[in-house]
Amino acid sequence: MIKFIAKRLGSGLVVLFVVSALTFTLLYTSSGSIARNILGDQATPEQVALKEQELGLDQPLVTRYFAWLGDALSGNLGASWFTSEPVASSLATRIPVTMTMVFTAMILIAICAALIGVAAAVKRGWVDRVVQVGAIVGDSIPGYVIGVLLVTILAIQLGFFPATSTISPEVGPEAWVYSMTLPVIALLINGVTGGAQQIRSAVIKQLERDYVRTLRSRGIGEREILFKHVLRSAAPAGLTVLSLQLIGMLGGVVIIEQIFALPGMGPLAVTATGQSDLPVVMGVVMYTVVVVIVVNLLVDILNGWLNPKVRVS
Amino acid sequence: MSDSVETAAVAAPVATGQSGTVVRSTVMRRLIRNPMGIASLAILGSIALLAIFAPVLAPFEENFANITKTLAPADSVNILGTDSAGRDTWSRLLFGAQLTLLSALLCAGVAIAIGLPAGLIAGYYAGKFEAVSNWVVSILMSLPGLIVLLTIRAAFGPSVWISMIAFGVLISPSYFRLTRTAVQSVRNELYVDAARVSGLSDWSIIARHIFSVVRAPIIIQTAAIAGVAIAIQSGLEFLGLGDPTKATWGVMLSEGFKNVYLTPTLLLWPALAMALTIGGLVLLGNAIRDALEDGEKIKHRKKRAASSATGARPTAGPAVARPSRKSVAAVDAGTEHHLVKVTNLGVGYPQADGTIKKVVDDVSFHVDRGEILGIVGESGSGKSQTAFSILGLLPDNARIVGGAIQFDGNYTVAPGDERVNQARLSKLRGKRISYIPQEPMSNLDPAFTIGYQLVTPMVRVLGISKEEARRRALKLLTDVGIASPERTFSAYPHEVSGGMAQRVLIAGAISCEPDLVIADEPTTALDVTVQADVLDLLRELQQRLNIGVVLVTHNFGVVADLCDRVAVMQNGRLVEEGSVRDILRNPKEQYTRTLLASMLEGKTPMSMLVSSQKEPVA
Repeated sequence: MIKFIAKRLGSGLVVLFVVSALTFTLLYTSSGSIARNILGDQATPEQVALKEQELGLDQPLVTRYFAWLGDALSGNLGASWFTSEPVASSLATRIPVTMTMVFTAMILIAICAALIGVAAAVKRGWVDRVVQVGAIVGDSIPGYVIGVLLVTILAIQLGFFPATSTISPEVGPEAWVYSMTLPVIALLINGVTGGAQQIRSAVIKQLERDYVRTLRSRGIGEREILFKHVLRSAAPAGLTVLSLQLIGMLGGVVIIEQIFALPGMGPLAVTATGQSDLPVVMGVVMYTVVVVIVVNLLVDILNGWLNPKVRVS
Repeated sequence: MSDSVETAAVAAPVATGQSGTVVRSTVMRRLIRNPMGIASLAILGSIALLAIFAPVLAPFEENFANITKTLAPADSVNILGTDSAGRDTWSRLLFGAQLTLLSALLCAGVAIAIGLPAGLIAGYYAGKFEAVSNWVVSILMSLPGLIVLLTIRAAFGPSVWISMIAFGVLISPSYFRLTRTAVQSVRNELYVDAARVSGLSDWSIIARHIFSVVRAPIIIQTAAIAGVAIAIQSGLEFLGLGDPTKATWGVMLSEGFKNVYLTPTLLLWPALAMALTIGGLVLLGNAIRDALEDGEKIKHRKKRAASSATGARPTAGPAVARPSRKSVAAVDAGTEHHLVKVTNLGVGYPQADGTIKKVVDDVSFHVDRGEILGIVGESGSGKSQTAFSILGLLPDNARIVGGAIQFDGNYTVAPGDERVNQARLSKLRGKRISYIPQEPMSNLDPAFTIGYQLVTPMVRVLGISKEEARRRALKLLTDVGIASPERTFSAYPHEVSGGMAQRVLIAGAISCEPDLVIADEPTTALDVTVQADVLDLLRELQQRLNIGVVLVTHNFGVVADLCDRVAVMQNGRLVEEGSVRDILRNPKEQYTRTLLASMLEGKTPMSMLVSSQKEPVA
């Protein structure tokens, strides 16, 4: 098991390295004249050259990458070209906002999707039909469209919720929960509909396995078969579904934060992208990839622990 | 010989299901008949037409702005009103459809162009290419799409086309994995081997046999991916990171959202357009999947029905006067002493068209204590279905369409019942009736130790303590001839051999001292050398415990070796029944003679295989 974890951790680090190198190359070779972008059209060629020197753009790409990597490993992700704010510190103030939302939504998705999906698989009938239709509807409407519609109807038209959800520590937990309700709902609807359907399929697949029939023939009750055997075997598939949803949500949350004017990663990423503020973009990508790798590692470990072939060896 | 019949039957659906134009045309017809299919085709078709003829249909240029008429409500000139710059909403919606559909096509095209060939090569040749591409896939799949597109936007500027090419690359793993899996499953099929032997080149094999398998899944996948591409591209536009000179649904949504306090209808139209288009694609994918699956199902059942002489006869179920559930009728006098008695049993599966296809028809036999009854027949003869109705473990959609089953003087299926009486059987299963399955490995839960799987039923059924159950389990493992019971007890199923697992399953079957054991081909999945051991074990246990056994098999050798009486089944019906000695010596029916003649045992080997040793090695 320890060997297994070490192997997964190692491959995660390799992925991190490869993605950072690729992103760096992509960003810094294709953006045309970065310095001119920053200084604007009026700048003289001398000013541009000076700026390039200042940003280190006159160095070869490989040198620059390893300089960036060295800094990054010591926690320094450079500074924004436009605001001069260190990337690491602006990320640090925004990550908690985004992550709170993402993980709240994920926990709710995991609970709702598992309950609905298992119910649909076991009961079939109308629950199952609702899940099927829900999955189609959920797949048809992107999360941000749901977000926009929620704001328009529940916040602006009916006034049940605040339209923008700016968090400040003074507002108190109740107002905070209140303001976060809509963004979290917008984030989780697609996850619940899609997740419930996939968990349903995973459970049905397990219910049709030979060993379930044999357990029944041994006089084991349906409840015990479901909760002890079937759910355990369906868990890896369910975890994979949830981890893929989390990866998707890290992108989706950018738009949701924009809609609700939340001070998370989203607005930072969007502004930086529009301005080609490459250090910030690079920082956002790195943070996202780290989150994905950590989540995948946790899922791998959980799956490994659930699978005796891995656990025992 | 029967083994090869079974393999052929298993392989057949894969081989026949997805090749040739005949199948495609029926799928198309089924798609159109499905309301979901026709609705999705209508929606997507009209959106596509609107997009194609946008330049003709749109009254204004996409960016034409009438600044004297901003945020206007709908009128005869601007049929859906105007936005904050005075641009015509209807025109922009049409041009937006054009761009949206084209970008979705581009994305899917790029993804197919990368994923399909890569999947074909990885699936067909495997090796290093597969290892490397799997690794690339795992990286691509761990990147959130929108974040990558933000990076691409930062690097290349606002271009719908570049971002869609990038997203196509990012999403190509879905085609790659689908193609690779399909190819891997086909690669080892016999007909592909045959094509290879007959001298076809790899490429013509791929073109002829493999494309026909992946075609349908790729169409389904494309519908899904086009929907995702539209969602993510519009999302990018919504964030204001798209090309400002283009009218797109995403830009219109964002424009509407900015003016939501003044004219909320502005965001309704693009939201509706997106939901309709993506919804149409999702529905189309589902409808195609349903059409394909229905085809498969009907094919399976047709095969079963074709082999059943009385296949299409509709059920007599509702016509039979059904006794009320509470008072289960008493069994016929004089039959109580039989351990199990099956009378005129019929089992069927309801079809989409309302009829019921029978797989077991008018089958009667009985088993007494201490007796082994063999049920012999080819695969598809209904022998396993008969066995599972005694156990009450038929699939959920199965129906009892006639007859009765009684166990130890009580009905488990009373005359007129449509389903097995689970309330009654759940008390018997495990305790008095038990089951030895065919395939040892798939019948043990891989997540639990063998010990756990032996102990739990004893604790639940017999109500004994765990320690007591453990002691008994170890004894049982010794009884079934396992040399190191302690080690097997704490092992997981994947740690023991198939023969060992089958012994464990036999131990499980007798652990609660049942009166009747249903053994469904208990030796078929085992090596020949192990088969004999397992049969010896079964006989020894049966004699020692004086239990009745129903042994389902396709092998007359096993019958001759083990059984007292034998029932021969063909196409769901009982052909003949009698003592093993009688039937082996004087089979009355032609079918029984054919089955006996097809046995390998007892035939003279055609030649000895020793001569080759003397030949010098070439």
